[in-house]
Amino acid sequence: MSGVSVTKAAEDAAPAGADLVVLSNVNKHFGALHVLQDIDLTIASGEVVVVIGPSGSGKSTLCRTINRLETIDSGAISIDGKPLPQEGKELARLRADVGMVFQSFNLFAHKTVLENVMLGQIKVRRTDKKLAEEKARALLDRVGVGVQADKYPAQLSGGQQQRVAIARALAMDPKVMLFDEPTSALDPEMINEVLEVMQQLAREGMTMVVVTHEMGFARSAANRVVFMADGKIVEEATPDQFFSNPRSDRAKDFLSKILHH
Amino acid sequence: MEAREIVFDFLEGYDLLGAFWVTVKLTVYSALGSLIWGTLLAGMRVGPVPLMRGFGTAYVNVIRNIPLTVIIVFASLGLFQTLQVQLGGGGDFEVINFRLAVLGLSLYTAAFVCEALRSGINTVPAGQAEAARALGLSFTQVLRLIILPQAFRAVVNPLANVLIALTKNTTVAAAIGVVEAAYLMKDMIEAEAQLILISAVFAFGFICLTLPTGLLLGWVSKKVAVKR
Repeated sequence: MSGVSVTKAAEDAAPAGADLVVLSNVNKHFGALHVLQDIDLTIASGEVVVVIGPSGSGKSTLCRTINRLETIDSGAISIDGKPLPQEGKELARLRADVGMVFQSFNLFAHKTVLENVMLGQIKVRRTDKKLAEEKARALLDRVGVGVQADKYPAQLSGGQQQRVAIARALAMDPKVMLFDEPTSALDPEMINEVLEVMQQLAREGMTMVVVTHEMGFARSAANRVVFMADGKIVEEATPDQFFSNPRSDRAKDFLSKILHH
Repeated sequence: MEAREIVFDFLEGYDLLGAFWVTVKLTVYSALGSLIWGTLLAGMRVGPVPLMRGFGTAYVNVIRNIPLTVIIVFASLGLFQTLQVQLGGGGDFEVINFRLAVLGLSLYTAAFVCEALRSGINTVPAGQAEAARALGLSFTQVLRLIILPQAFRAVVNPLANVLIALTKNTTVAAAIGVVEAAYLMKDMIEAEAQLILISAVFAFGFICLTLPTGLLLGWVSKKVAVKR
């Protein structure tokens, strides 16, 4: 049983280049605020999409709608051809295939680092405990926090905690990884260690949606940059195109504020 | 030696330890019952099903506002004498009354356990549940594996208060003839002349039960606190 569920993601993974995440005509309101306005976005398998934009532009909300941590008012979202189901077993199964990394890490505070990375495998994938531990240790080594396995999250630095959070998400063999401002809560000297792990993931062909303010990461790792402002996608382009020759005034204004200081 | 025997000779012929043992049994069974039922109620109150949320809220607000004496007396007069609920006591009044008292105490105390626990759930950051849901855990798994373990650690001290109150509330069981400490005290006050000493002995007995409870759980509370 465990063998089946572990290999499941690999077996029916979409071929590289096929549409993996599709948002069409998505709208969402927070009270009077129209936070997502007619969002159309398609993310292909193996693609790294970086979403940037000013604060309050709706980019985090967009990221959170993809695994339905935020509900939408209208439109449709599908992952690997399946529309997002209502809250329940179906949705839980789908979320297991979508890895998520949060700004505030959100490691389970009462469990050790190792237990954090084992929990989803055991409780959701029904993986054998021993296999789960092996995999967890391998992943922790891979993100460079293997020696911290038996500590509690509060004993780790922010950068270490975020790398554990990435390992926790990867342990589920996700089809796509969502990063919601993964470095925004980190001290400057810890940002790079997290970005390096993400760069490595991108090189290995993981499908990624990354909401970030790290322009360097966008330039070097993204296949595509999506620029959002006021709840709308204003511009989509390759990083080269976007950073050297933005088309919209809104993007020009944004870039002029962050790149020259 | 001689003097002490004379001062405390009013205790002779009474099963003081036996009465306090009944108090301890009432407390332990009711504590377990109320912990289980109170946890379920808290789960209902934070759950996604409106009907269960409504039931949990209504239960807590009704039960905690009824005097315990009324609940215990209703258990005896209403459940047992009117509806013939014997809780498997097989006609043995002593057993039936004890079980009814445990039932009443559990139902009553569960309302307070639920509210203590709910305040503990509020101390767990929303991100913990979000991360758990994002992994694909179901609502009950999130509650059982992530939220409640952290909530319980946050409310050891409030739960200790509830337990101490429960220990003292067991005295209400005397109203339906359960021979625990307060029942025996009433007997002794009627038969002996040492009113102040009798009261002091029973007060001391209860302090012996509750003081260690408070100290122990205070220590446990520090020991299990979740560091963030």
